[in-house]
Amino acid sequence: MINIPSTFRISFRALRVNKMRSALTMLGIIIGVGAVITMLAVGTGASRRIAEQISSMGSNLLIILPGATTAGGVRMGAGTQPTLTMGDADAIKRECPSVSDVAPVLNGVAQVIYGHQNWSTGVIGTTPSMLVVRDWPLASGRSFTDQDVKSATKVCLLGQTVVDNLFGDMNPVGQFIRIKNVPFVVIGVLAPKGQSAQGQDQDDTIYVPVTTAQKKLFGTSFPGMIRIMMVKARSTEDLAPAERQINELLRQRHHIGPKQDNDFTVRNLTQIMQTAEQSTKVMTLLLGAIASVSLLVGGIGIMNIMLVSVTERTREIGIRMAIGAKTWDIRLQFIIEALTLSLIGGVAGIIAGISTSELISALAGWTTIVSPLSILLAFGFSGMVGIFFGFYPAYKASLLDPIDALRYE
Amino acid sequence: MAIVEAKDISKIYRLGDIDLKALRGVSLTIEKGEFVAVMGPSGSGKSTFMNILGCLDKPTSGRYLLENVDIGDLERDELATIRNKKIGFVFQGFNLLPRTSAVENVELPMLYDGVPAKERRDKSLEALKDVGLEGRGDHHPNQLSGGQQQRVAIARALVNNAPIILADEPTGNLDTKTSAEIMEIFVRLNTQSNITIILVTHENDIAAYSRRIIKFLDGRIISDEKVVKS
Repeated sequence: MINIPSTFRISFRALRVNKMRSALTMLGIIIGVGAVITMLAVGTGASRRIAEQISSMGSNLLIILPGATTAGGVRMGAGTQPTLTMGDADAIKRECPSVSDVAPVLNGVAQVIYGHQNWSTGVIGTTPSMLVVRDWPLASGRSFTDQDVKSATKVCLLGQTVVDNLFGDMNPVGQFIRIKNVPFVVIGVLAPKGQSAQGQDQDDTIYVPVTTAQKKLFGTSFPGMIRIMMVKARSTEDLAPAERQINELLRQRHHIGPKQDNDFTVRNLTQIMQTAEQSTKVMTLLLGAIASVSLLVGGIGIMNIMLVSVTERTREIGIRMAIGAKTWDIRLQFIIEALTLSLIGGVAGIIAGISTSELISALAGWTTIVSPLSILLAFGFSGMVGIFFGFYPAYKASLLDPIDALRYE
Repeated sequence: MAIVEAKDISKIYRLGDIDLKALRGVSLTIEKGEFVAVMGPSGSGKSTFMNILGCLDKPTSGRYLLENVDIGDLERDELATIRNKKIGFVFQGFNLLPRTSAVENVELPMLYDGVPAKERRDKSLEALKDVGLEGRGDHHPNQLSGGQQQRVAIARALVNNAPIILADEPTGNLDTKTSAEIMEIFVRLNTQSNITIILVTHENDIAAYSRRIIKFLDGRIISDEKVVKS
């Protein structure tokens, strides 16, 4: 049997002789492997971002918006009519078995003042359930209680962005701030959460008891009115039943007849995000597949060069055969040569792919993740390309007639 | 002991509809240790005959026994093994691998015989020394003269201890003085190591180094006589 290390040496030497040609042939593989790795990195990065956003939003989340009104035949958009009440929120929590918790939201924008600093931010009136629904822990201090909600105390929780803007490095817990000129005690700080799926800063917010918001900040003519509700289902499987149960319950509570439209809308955000995640995964696969095509083209380049090489070295093949090279000795020699081309190209391509991914991260600001699996995949694939496209030229070389090959000029 | 036995060998090439009879019934026995010169004009069939002797080709009919093994029964890879172990080739155009050092060229037959690297290197250097190229192992063919290249080729033919050397016009590309030096090596290998040498040549003074001259014409042997050394 043939001596593999010497064959590798022979292959290296043959490739070194035609440096330019070898480099150009490898370029096909380099671009192919680089493209596969970059595309997978971009795709994986996008999926990861979406997954992070899903978890930052809170899992198994439903949002109930007040419904559209129809005023004189003109249909208004969703949320134009205030139809949801605290009573609805309590009823959903009480009567829908698939719902684990409900957080009402009455929100508005308000100017917030602490000492000489002031800041405009979104103020959300809610209940302690909010932190459960949104999986949002506190960084310091304590949450407000159901008792706070009942007695409409003037306490608040600050998001990290608000803390940064009003307090800087100071500890805000225990300090007084004024929201719309109403004094509030800061009792806790929310843990930083980052951007939402829509690119909103989720930390630029203040939580206050919903009753306090109703009475002191965003008073409306309807007592107990809230803007939206956030509902947490017991599990991912419970999302659909929860949606159905809420629909039934609210239709009943709002006295909506069988032929009338809902005056509220239930949105399954988790589902929307999961769909987005799914489509990103499909996109990643698609990008990877397209990039693989260029790897295939690179492989054809290798085959082309190997065929030329076999023709050029016919005489060498004849000499080797005359002094005792067997069929597989010749085949292995050329396969190893093709493999050497494709593997060196593969390694260079991996480096190129990683650098390109880094560059895309730096320039476009996209999250890119080069997974070890994609490196392994690309490397293995380039090796397979080498063997696959090296085989035919090698096979052709091994079938040469030694006499003809020796006479070849 | 007969090392080569050819029995009524014929070789027919089909060129389209025409059958070209390159050999028309050649029978020949060569004993171990003989030094044979094969002569004849081009187209006489001597090259075809040499290809068959060298196991590069098979006869269309007739039998060829090499050390009592019938070559006609062997597969392609078995023929390669026979060429590797039994036959050393020396060509007119040297046929060394370009861009490959002398010692690596000599190692080649052992590479296909699975000889370990250290032993390969030692035997190659030994063979190079044997043909008078000590210290030239690192030279590439294009750094060597024609005579030196042919010595490398002879070393390559020797290195696997093949009992037969087939030399196809080994001095065809060399000047008279170098030719004489190369022929001296053949004579020495023949007399000292008892290697059977079969040599194709056009030139009478090269054939004169041998001890038996076989002449081909039109695919047949027309004369086969011992050389009378004066």
